[in-house]
Amino acid sequence: MFAIFKKELRAYFINPVGYVYVGVFLTAAALICAYTTIQKSSYSTTAYFQYLLFAFVILIPLLTMRLFSEERKMRTEQLLLTSPVSITGMVFGKYLAALSLFAATVLASCVNFFPLFSYAIQERATSTTDAHVGPVGGQMVGCLLGVLLVGAAFIAVGLFVSSLTENQLSAAVITIGVLVGMMLIGVFNSYIAAAPVRAVLNWISILSRYEGFSLGLFDFAAVVYYLSISGVFLFLTVRVYEKRRWG
Amino acid sequence: MIKVEHLVKHYGANCAVDDVSFEIARGEVVGFLGPNGAGKSTTLNIITGYLSSTSGRVTVDGINVLDAPLAVKQRIGYLPEQPPLYPDMTVEEYLIFVYNLKKCDLNRTKHLEEICEVVKLTDVYHRLIRHLSKGYRQRVGIAQALIGNPPVIIFDEPTVGLDPKQIIEIRNLIRTLGKDHTVVLSTHILQEVQAVCDRIIIINKGRIVADELTENIDRVAGSNSRYTLKICGPQKEVLSLLRARHDVIYAESMPTRDGDAYTYQVEAQKGLDIRKSLFYAMAERGWPIVGMESIGMSLEDIFISVVDKTDNPERGRGKRGRAATAEQDIAASILAKTAEKQKNTEPYQGDD
Repeated sequence: MFAIFKKELRAYFINPVGYVYVGVFLTAAALICAYTTIQKSSYSTTAYFQYLLFAFVILIPLLTMRLFSEERKMRTEQLLLTSPVSITGMVFGKYLAALSLFAATVLASCVNFFPLFSYAIQERATSTTDAHVGPVGGQMVGCLLGVLLVGAAFIAVGLFVSSLTENQLSAAVITIGVLVGMMLIGVFNSYIAAAPVRAVLNWISILSRYEGFSLGLFDFAAVVYYLSISGVFLFLTVRVYEKRRWG
Repeated sequence: MIKVEHLVKHYGANCAVDDVSFEIARGEVVGFLGPNGAGKSTTLNIITGYLSSTSGRVTVDGINVLDAPLAVKQRIGYLPEQPPLYPDMTVEEYLIFVYNLKKCDLNRTKHLEEICEVVKLTDVYHRLIRHLSKGYRQRVGIAQALIGNPPVIIFDEPTVGLDPKQIIEIRNLIRTLGKDHTVVLSTHILQEVQAVCDRIIIINKGRIVADELTENIDRVAGSNSRYTLKICGPQKEVLSLLRARHDVIYAESMPTRDGDAYTYQVEAQKGLDIRKSLFYAMAERGWPIVGMESIGMSLEDIFISVVDKTDNPERGRGKRGRAATAEQDIAASILAKTAEKQKNTEPYQGDD
C-alpha cells in the first residue's frame, strides 16, 4: 500500500496534471480570498470557504481522473493486482495519495490569510474599543476542517468514477457531473415546496452538513456523514475490482 | 508446485476455459501452447490471481489461490501479455517501485543490480521507459517478474514482437531460469517450446488436448514415418511402383529434380521400416536411390493435427486416402517450409 501511495504522489509531479492542479487551486484560492475579504473589507472567511467548495467540483476531478483509468488503459493494473497487495490496500494507497496532495494544497492556501491578520494587527493597534477585530480563529479552523472533509468525500467519488472507465477525460467529466449534482441538491432544495422532500434532500445534502463548520461548530454527525460518504465510495471501488475479477 | 484441478471459466455465455487440470512439478519448464484465443492467458491469469475461476481449484506451493491470495502472489513472478510498464518512470524508478510493491526484504541495490545484469538492462537503467524500444521494454517486464526471486515464474508470450537475436537471448534466459525456478511459458510459437521446455501442454478451445514431455510429443499425433526419396528413373513408373506397395500409404512426386533423379515423398505405414525393402525393390528395377531422408514430424504438424482432431474429430481420424490431395499438399508445403526453417535456425541456435 505504501509503495502505491508513494508512486501516485510522485506521479502527480511527473505528469503536468499535478502542477496544473496545484497552480489552478492556489490561484483560484487567492483570487476568491481577495474578492471575498479584502475587496469587501471583511474579516469573515466564511464566503471564501464556500466558494472554494464550488471550485473543488472542477479541481478534484483533476486529482482523481487518472488514478484508475490510466492503470486500466496501460494494463498496469495487472501488475498491481498480481502483486502481494490486497485490492483494499491498492484503493487506499491511491486514495491517500490524492488526499495528501489535496490536504497539502488546502493548507498551503492558508497563506491567503496573512494579509487579513496583518490588517487586523494594524487595526487593533489603532482601535479604541474592546471588540474583537480580525478573523475569528475558531471559525477558520472549523471551515478548514469542513472543507477537508468535503474534499475527502469528493475524492472518494472521483476515485470510484475513475475505476469505472478507461478514459481519463470521461472520468473527469463524469466526476464533475456527479459532484455538481451533489452540490445542487443543497442549492435547489430551498425552492422545493413539499416539506418532506425538502427535509430528505436537506439530510443528504453535502452543503447543509457543512453549515455547522462554517459557524465554527464541530458537528460530530457531519464528520460521520462525510467519512461515511468516503467509506461508501471507497467500498464501491473495491467492489468494482472484485467484480471485474469474477466477471 | 502448481496444481490446477477442473478449472472452468465462463465469460457470460462464452466458456474460455473448460475443465482444465494439470500439475507442474518444482523446477519444471512447461510450455503452454495453443492457437490465439485458446484460453492460455485466461488460465495464467487465474493462476496468478488476476482473475477468478468460475469453478475449480488452483494451488501454488500447496496454498489455495482463493484462501491466501497474497501468499500465492508473493510466490509468483508474472509477465503478462502486455508488459505492465509506467512509461513516465525510468527503469530504475520502476524496478524500485515493483521491489517495494512486492515487499521484498533482500538487499535492494544488489538485487536490482543482479537482475539488470541477467536481463541486460544496465545500459538503459536511468532512461525513461517511454523512450525504450520494444525489446528493452519486454526485458523490463521480465526484470519486473524476477524481482523478489519468486519460485514460480510465469511468462505470457514473452518473445512477441522481438527480433530474432532478442528472441534467442530471451529463450536462453528462460533456460537459465529453469535451472532453479518453476517456469510456465505461454506461446503460440512452436519452436519456442521445443527450444526451452521440458514439457508441453497444448490447449485448444479451453481444453487440454495434449500434455506430454517434449521428447514424447510426437506420440500424441500418432504419426507415421515419412521419407523424402531421390530416385533416378522414369518418374511415372517409380511413382506407380511406390503407390502399389502395401506398406506405403501415401506417395507423391515433388517438383524438384536433381540431375536425372526425381524427388518423392513417401509415408510408410505405422511401425514399419520400409527403407531396406524399398532399396531392394528399386535396385531390382535398376533405379538407384541417390538420396533417402527421414522427415521427423515437426511440432507444427503435431500441433495442427492435435488441434484439428479436436476441432473436427472426423477429419483427423479418417484414413488418409488419395482423395484428400488438397489437404496433403498443404501439409506437404508446411512440412517443406518447416524443414527449411529448422535448417536455417539450427546454426543460429548453435552459436548462441
